[in-house]
Amino acid sequence: MKKAINVTVNGVGHNDEVEPRMLLVHYLRDVLGLTGTHVGCETSLCGACTVLLDGQAVKSCTMFSVQADGASVKTIEGFASNGDLHPVQEGFWERHGLQCGYCTPGMIVSAAQLLDRNANPSREEICHGLEGNLCRCTGYQHIIEAVEYAAKKAAG
Amino acid sequence: MADKYVGRRVKRTEDPRLIKGLAHYVDDIKLPDTLHVAFVRSIYAHARINNVDVSEALNVPGVVAVYTGKDVADKVGPVPCASALPDLKVPDHRVLAKDKVYFVGHPIAAVVATDRYAARDAVDLVMVDYDDLPAVVDVEQAAAGSTVIHESFGDNIAYKMSSGEGDIEAALSSADKVIKQRILHRRLAPIAMEPRGVLARYYPGEEELTVWSSTQIPHLLRTQLALMIGIPENKLRVITPEVGGGFGSKLNVYPEEALLGWISMQLGKPVKWIETRRENIQATIHGRGQVGDIEIACKNDGTLLGLRYNVIADLGAYHQLLTPAIPTLTGLMLSGAYKIPAIQINITACFTNKMATDAYRGAGRPEATYVVERALDLVAAELGVDPAEVRRKNFPAANEFPFHTATGLDYDSGDYEAALNKAQQIVDYKTLREEQKRLRAEGRLIGVGVSTYVEICALGPSQAMPAGGWESATVRIEPTGKVTILTGASPHGQGQETSFAQIAADELGVDLNDVTVIHGDTGVVQYGIGTFGSRATAVGGTAVLVAIQKLKAKASKIAAHILQTDATRLSFEGGKYSLEKAAASAAGASEPVVPVGEAPAAALPEPETNGRTSLTIQEIALAAHLAKELPPDTEPGLSATYFFEPKNFTFPFGTHIVVVEVDRETGDIKFLRYVAVDDCGKVINPMLVDGQLHGGICQSIGQAMYEEVVYDEQGQLVSGTLMDYALPRASHVPNFELDRTETPSPVNPLGIKGVGEAGTIGATPAIVGAIVDALSPFGVKHLDMPIKPETIWKAINTSH
Amino acid sequence: MIPAQFDYQVPQSLEEAIRLLAQDPDSIKVLAGGHSLIPAMKLRLAQPQLLVDIGRIKSLSYIKEEGDQILIGATTTHYELESSELLKSICPLLPACAKSIGDVQVRNKGTIGGSLAHSDPAGDWPAAALALNAEMVIVGPGLERVVKAADFFVDLLTTDLKPGEILREIRIKKPTGRFCHAYQKVPHPASGFAVVGVAVNLVLNGAGDCEAATIGITGVGTKAYRANGVETALTGRALDAATIEVAAEHACDGVDANSDLYASSEYRCQLARVHTRRAIEAAVATR
Repeated sequence: MKKAINVTVNGVGHNDEVEPRMLLVHYLRDVLGLTGTHVGCETSLCGACTVLLDGQAVKSCTMFSVQADGASVKTIEGFASNGDLHPVQEGFWERHGLQCGYCTPGMIVSAAQLLDRNANPSREEICHGLEGNLCRCTGYQHIIEAVEYAAKKAAG
Repeated sequence: MADKYVGRRVKRTEDPRLIKGLAHYVDDIKLPDTLHVAFVRSIYAHARINNVDVSEALNVPGVVAVYTGKDVADKVGPVPCASALPDLKVPDHRVLAKDKVYFVGHPIAAVVATDRYAARDAVDLVMVDYDDLPAVVDVEQAAAGSTVIHESFGDNIAYKMSSGEGDIEAALSSADKVIKQRILHRRLAPIAMEPRGVLARYYPGEEELTVWSSTQIPHLLRTQLALMIGIPENKLRVITPEVGGGFGSKLNVYPEEALLGWISMQLGKPVKWIETRRENIQATIHGRGQVGDIEIACKNDGTLLGLRYNVIADLGAYHQLLTPAIPTLTGLMLSGAYKIPAIQINITACFTNKMATDAYRGAGRPEATYVVERALDLVAAELGVDPAEVRRKNFPAANEFPFHTATGLDYDSGDYEAALNKAQQIVDYKTLREEQKRLRAEGRLIGVGVSTYVEICALGPSQAMPAGGWESATVRIEPTGKVTILTGASPHGQGQETSFAQIAADELGVDLNDVTVIHGDTGVVQYGIGTFGSRATAVGGTAVLVAIQKLKAKASKIAAHILQTDATRLSFEGGKYSLEKAAASAAGASEPVVPVGEAPAAALPEPETNGRTSLTIQEIALAAHLAKELPPDTEPGLSATYFFEPKNFTFPFGTHIVVVEVDRETGDIKFLRYVAVDDCGKVINPMLVDGQLHGGICQSIGQAMYEEVVYDEQGQLVSGTLMDYALPRASHVPNFELDRTETPSPVNPLGIKGVGEAGTIGATPAIVGAIVDALSPFGVKHLDMPIKPETIWKAINTSH
Repeated sequence: MIPAQFDYQVPQSLEEAIRLLAQDPDSIKVLAGGHSLIPAMKLRLAQPQLLVDIGRIKSLSYIKEEGDQILIGATTTHYELESSELLKSICPLLPACAKSIGDVQVRNKGTIGGSLAHSDPAGDWPAAALALNAEMVIVGPGLERVVKAADFFVDLLTTDLKPGEILREIRIKKPTGRFCHAYQKVPHPASGFAVVGVAVNLVLNGAGDCEAATIGITGVGTKAYRANGVETALTGRALDAATIEVAAEHACDGVDANSDLYASSEYRCQLARVHTRRAIEAAVATR
């Protein structure tokens, strides 16, 4: 019944046997111990579980880990490199883009995807790009400013 | 001494772990051999349970145990209610339903298994035999009688209560105008992004139970759980790791918290339960839930004479911790920011077959503000005057504080007109109204809404609180000079790790990064009350400040002893105690002398004191721990604890002005401006205050336009997932233009009023006022929330 | 949150997928992007015994021109359609529709074939497929057949797909002449699904009059439909404001409109009429 999978997560290869029904988010959290990726709803709407799958932002609660066999996943834990924060992480810190922090990892991943596709987004484009991520604390304003900060920073 | 940190936009010290995904919420804590719990919950709103058959569930591989209401009825005590009101009916609220279920989501059985997948599978195999009963859903029908939910009470009325001062009958009969309006405050779901979760671990040898819970009140929870489970309170440790938002929904004691603790004690293993979002909407408290009738009396010149509010409150099936108290908070704040000589609230609080209502951001006060502000708008419309002017006319003046209200409160300080003036100036109110007139003539539906709210915060004096209104702090300087703060407040996103460190760093003259704020662990932190009611900084921050002052009193004595002077001759600046100039030259020791000699046995360096004229507070801390050079009768160590009891609440206030445009064909609402001028007293960190306001206003937008927990006539939860229950998304909110006035509170030495709920309280009436104003050409005077596009479309098309 | 148990197979080819599916077409489900199926499985509303994952069959994901047709592989994601420069230039309705679906994460993973085969009454793609007269290429054991969009959507969550069949490709005749497109949508504030979605495909003659109109509407009824009344009222006429307004009034002709917590049937029809008008105006404005 269990299936063998090979998934590269944050640059590290993992071979595991999993039940087909194991959601990717549970594989990341419970099997690999990468608990930065959160679960906030059960209807694929809140985006707290967002990770990059082969460079594309996806909801890891709406994927079985068997579907990620052979893929490369980047979670929030993989965003800072050599101790340097990713510009989006830096933006969230500088502009107070988080309060309770629960939606933050997913929000950062989505924001990174957004800037990856559109280096200089308007406010409206930022909102559109974050449509899949719910935050209950910030009222989004500081999140939008955080993304703007990161865009500027990345532009130099 | 100029503040180095207080008042500045200091980046949060808690953020690095959160933005890196390295923080630990309950579900992120892994203990070996943890068992997982899943709940069987009622699918009916009201039903008799004939039998619960767990045999099939027990056959699922991995299932360890299944507990039903019968199993735990005499083992785990009832879920507590802390509100003591006269003649309050209190149902026996057990952690698992035994004979009857009272709401959809009511827990019936707990399945324990080796992993969460197996536990979930077994839930489907627990067979519950129900006899469906008629459900009481509509709160007015609940009040009127029909089916009785808790049979022994004879009716569904949990309590009735009237309060207020002044002669309301005289006010109503003598007024030029009395305006009446029915008003609905729909049920809301708090939806903290992190659902609730509990991890419990019992050590049978030590007889110690540790409960990790996503709660706002670790100490109160410990006390209550100890009573429920029957474990000595000092053998129970409650830890709140990172908490992913609460908004009042985690200011409670829930059945699952007690059950998990008890199950761990039965099985001798760690057990974990993580709430799903559907469970969260079914069985975590709801907010609001009132049906009210307003009568407001005024003179033709707009002077307010009296306000009566008859309200039926929908409590749900059981009392949670503060359920019955919430409507009484509405009564307290019915005077709003105005002089109203006579006020009366008549509460009828009823049981219904729904989840309990309780404290959701604002907790009874948004209802009050909404009532008063809508009433003022109705007065303005009736008299044909600008809503801002009716408000201005009835403000108490800045020199009338403390201001006594007919609800029995004494507002601490305020300058309501200043906030209104500032907001009007920012929005250019006069031009705005002219522009509105011009665009209206073109057929565009522009609306302007004004709310000049006041709220009650910094809860509060213990006399007025069910379980203590003080807060505690311990401040200690470690031998290495690092400053540790233990706060009884239990922040969960508000940022007090930073703001408390700002207070401490300034008071002690140390670097912010040398201060660590510890909270949310009853094994480490002295007893505390928690974070709710916009209290953590005003009450908990003051406790920190006074504890530091106590610590410094001791430090200065030690400094004086080492510097061989009198404490009165020392000044403290930049983290140093220094001999005043005159004293220094008298001592003839203006040059520090480095002592020569052997190092002490310990690795710690000796404080360099010989011949010195100043000592840093860190050096004093080391000296206090080494205890070789202390004044007589001085305890070693350098720490102080303070429990701060506030003498009054605080009363933040402000003005929100909202401009909207309504699409007459579709009813869509577009925000054109959102201006908020808030006064929360002194500000420790403006960035955090802005964040609290943004978030609060956003939740108001949710309440005003999107959110409603809907039960159908059978008591089925129709809005049971986030597919149906709409939270505002990024594209739903406008750009907020914030400004402030600053009126310090005299209630605490920091002058802080609190800001956690201001946005949620101040914003809804402004948003609704703006929408109603936009529709005034159609004769619309009031619309109930949530005002969806269809509500507007119907209002436009039924008014002709 | 946790689906019931199932088995999982990854076929290497469409033929193998068809063979796997043939074992027990009723209890086996085809998995592509999974964004309709997995949410249903997490709520245990769907409990298939076996998932056949066609998401890995590379040859099922493509956007290409062939002769006078646009061919789209069934597992092409919404995002691939949204970002296709080719489509933006030759058939802008497709990227416009794609862009309005769900959110970024959904568009990155969800597929056009999965969405069409699911036929959610509030899905976006059915409206566009109808407006473009798309053809569905369906394969089953030993056969391949082509079904027009108008015949493909049968009822609520029901298409012409028979048990054991898989939607392989979507074919669209390349728009020619002076065509103009628009997609207008009212998203549900919580789910993001279409309360109303209107896909407009017009062909204008040299004078700017409407030569042909095909309009697909989703969200209103139990399935997406062609707004025949609107099309007739536009065809052969100059597209002035009055004509468009009168035509849009027919948006819900003969449709039994849905009613839910967010929108009553009455209001839904109002939205359909208004957004049909606006979508036609938006399409015309692109010319």
